[in-house]
This record gives sequence, C-alpha cells and structure tokens, in this order.
Amino acid sequence: MKFLEGLGRWALTSVAEMGRMLIFVLSAFGWLARPPFRAIQTVKQLHFIGYKSTFVVVLTATFTGMVLALQGYHTLRKFGSEGLLGAAVAVSMIRELGPVLAALMVTARAGSAMTAEIGIMRITEQIDALDTMAVNPLQYLIAPKLVAGLIGVPLLVAIFDVVGIYGGHVVGVELLGVNAGTYWNSIESAVEWKDVYGGILKSISFGLIISWVCCYKGFFTKMSAEGLGNATTEAVVLSSVLILVWDYFLTALLFNL
Amino acid sequence: MLKLVRVTKTLGGQQVLRGVDLAVPEGKLTTIIGRSGEGKSVLLKHMIGLLQPDSGEVWVDDVEISRLRGHALNEVRKRFAMLFQGAALFDSLTVFENVAFPLREKLRLKGPEVTNRVEEKLDQVGLTGMGHKFPAELSGGMRKRAGLARALVMQPEIMLFDEPTTGLDPLMAKSIHDLITSMQRKFRFTAVMVSHEIPEIFGISDYVAILKQGKIAAMAEPSEFQRTTDPEIKEFISVGGTVLMHAKASEAKGVS
Repeated sequence: MKFLEGLGRWALTSVAEMGRMLIFVLSAFGWLARPPFRAIQTVKQLHFIGYKSTFVVVLTATFTGMVLALQGYHTLRKFGSEGLLGAAVAVSMIRELGPVLAALMVTARAGSAMTAEIGIMRITEQIDALDTMAVNPLQYLIAPKLVAGLIGVPLLVAIFDVVGIYGGHVVGVELLGVNAGTYWNSIESAVEWKDVYGGILKSISFGLIISWVCCYKGFFTKMSAEGLGNATTEAVVLSSVLILVWDYFLTALLFNL
Repeated sequence: MLKLVRVTKTLGGQQVLRGVDLAVPEGKLTTIIGRSGEGKSVLLKHMIGLLQPDSGEVWVDDVEISRLRGHALNEVRKRFAMLFQGAALFDSLTVFENVAFPLREKLRLKGPEVTNRVEEKLDQVGLTGMGHKFPAELSGGMRKRAGLARALVMQPEIMLFDEPTTGLDPLMAKSIHDLITSMQRKFRFTAVMVSHEIPEIFGISDYVAILKQGKIAAMAEPSEFQRTTDPEIKEFISVGGTVLMHAKASEAKGVS
C-alpha cells in the first residue's frame, strides 16, 4: 500500500513539475513577442552559449572524427570497403554524433553556468529586484537565453560536423592512406539532404532543451547553496538524459519512417 | 495610503501571517520589528506583490494589488522601490549601470540625462566616483548605499527597506540609518522598514509596528511605547532599557 502511495505521490509531483516547466517556457516565449525586444541581451547570450563554446566543440569534434575514422577503417577493411570511410564518418557525424555530442558539450559548459547564474540571481534576490522595478525576469533573463540556445546550438553542430569530417580525413587519408578523392566522393554520394535537415532539426530541439531545462532549474532553485548545487546537477543530468531520449524518438521519426 | 487587511500566508506548511492588519501612514517612516522568523520580510514582500496572500487584501490607495498580475501589477510597482537585505545589485553590471538600470529600462532615458541623474544619486549616498566599480568590489555598506541610490533614482512614492543594516558593523549601520532618514525627510516618500535593530530604530522611526505571532501586536509612535502596559511588548522592546532613552532623544530632536 505504501509503495502505491509513494508511486502516486511521485506521479503527481512529476506531472505538476512538467506542467510548471511547460508554463515557464510558454510564458517566456510569450514575453519574447512583446516589446521591448532584448536584442543586446540575446547577442550577449549568443556570445556566451555559442562563441565561447566553440573551442570545446572543435576539440571534441576533431577527436570524434579521428576515432570514428580509425575504428571505421579497420571494420570496413575486413569487407574491403575502405572507400566508404568518408561516407561512414560523414553520415554518423551529420545524423547522430554532431548534434548529440555538441549538445552534450554545450550542456556541460554553458547549461550548467546558466543554471548557476540564474540560481545565484534568485538566491541574492536579484530576480525579485527585477520584479520590483517592473521588469519581467522571463523577458529580460530567460527569453534571450532560449533564443540563443535555438540559434547557437545548430551553428555549433554545423561546426562540429565539418571539423569532425576533417578529423576523419586526417586519420583516414593522411595516416591510414585512404585515397582523398574516394573519401570526399563517398561523402558526396552518401549524404542526402534528409540527413542534413534531420541533423539541423535535432540540433534546434536540443538547443531548446538545454536552455529550457537549465533556465527552469536555475529560476526555481531552492534558497540555499546546497539547493543551487542540486539545481545545477539536476539541470545537467536532466538536459543530457532528455537529449538522448529525444534523439532516439526524433531519429525514429526522421530516418526510419 | 498602503494598507493590509487580514492578510494570511502559509509558507512550507507553516502559517507565517495570521491576519495582519496594517495601515502605513503616508510620508512617514514606519518600522516593523519582530523576532527572527516572524515573517517581517514576508510581510514586506506582500506590499509590493512579490508574494500573494492566501487570504486578505493589500491596498495601494484605491487599488487592491494582491490579485493583480502582469501589466496591471507593474503599473502599481512603478510607484515603489525596494532596498533588499543584500542590496540585490546585478553582479554583471557596474554600480553606475545598476543605478542607471531603472532609468534605461522603464523611462527609456539615454545619454547625459542618465549620467546626470545617476551621478546625482551616487553623490547623495556618498558614492561619488565609485560608478565604475562592480558590486563584488564594494564593501557591505557601500553595496547598501548603491542599492539605495538605485531605489531612489526613480523618485518612488513608497520605499520598502528589508533589514537594510543586516551584516553591517554598528557604525556602518548607523550611517545607513542616518542616510535613510535624511533621504526620507528630504524626499518625503512613504517608507516601510523591516528591522531587528532594537533600540536604534526607535530613534529614527515615525511609527513602530510590532509583528508577533503573525499579527501586528501594536503600532504607535516610538514615544508611546514607554507607556505600554502589555508585559510581552514591554519585554520585547526593553532591550537594555534603552528604548526610553532613544524615544526621548528622538522627541528632543523633534524627529517623531
């Protein structure tokens, strides 16, 4: 009986939390449509989420492409299909690894910082101060971060894909001796437009997940240092899990139907 | 006139306010005192709509604000300003930008007009030439002064002070109290201060209200508290027997 009570309580709490999250993001988008438009705030957030994540994204992409080529080469060689190395690297990058890994890196670097920043503003009453000055915090703080996530993550994913494919080229062509023409031609013939827009669609939705979850967790953090620590951890874990789960369903919808 | 009628509030399963009735006199400094955890800050946040009561009403002149939201609430808030416990300055902005923030955001002012008004306020609170510093570079007292400058720059009709001297040494606390009273006398705004600085606040307030067990137990001019016969109130305010002295001192100065 106690187990059922606990289960019921958990279910009710979870549904209520999901409802709050939905209202939160819809309100923020609602405020986005009303003047004043926060162009400077949005550019600042784009700089923070996008530009400042470039280095870590490039680094991750390089090594992901390289290891993909290394693993792929030895597997393909068993079947005498080394010529398909470029296609294997590019399709994996564009469909899956680019969007997912770039989003996870942005979550770790920018998402956690977003939660901490907003959480500290909540604890030190800076968000209340905005309210008392008749400035809506959702419009001033949250909406620019949502927009920056929606724009910044797809751009980072595009960089990730290109760098990753070049990483694969370095290992496959320069180190393992695959013909350069074969590498690039196989990419051209294997990659379809559906792969590219599927990747873009994934990256846009991941950008929304990151800024939504991380802003929400910071905005409703408990008023203590421990509460803020927990909120940051929850934001990173929930964003990462949602990215992976949503990735599965989106892949099923986009590429397998 | 700011007025609370039978305001109740429960937070975290505990009833904090149990029917607060309070009418704040216009153009005067009213201080709410009470023990820690009595709900003084909670009460103050109801006055500006940061918290909504479970029941009861909050009136600002003829507008009942407790059920207002969005634009309507913001219109009322334009008449208010609040100094928070930790000053609540925006970390990412300099002192100048913090004070300029409401001017730029709400009045859409730009250029020299902003500069003149911000520098005037910084002068008034004793922070001349400190505009370029970030909040993290300031001492606790300076942060409070900057917070006061930001609150005053919009020339509010009603100012709320949430424990403005918490965390300050006695000398700095006195200088903040002096600054608040001099600004209140100069601009004649209605001020509500939450404090536990007994007996000091008896020397600076026009009225003192005691919050006890979720209700206003007493509200009067400081000098009247020496005549109270309520043993609990007597015990609460007779810290070192200095209440009388401070009340008398303020009477002699013509403060209350």
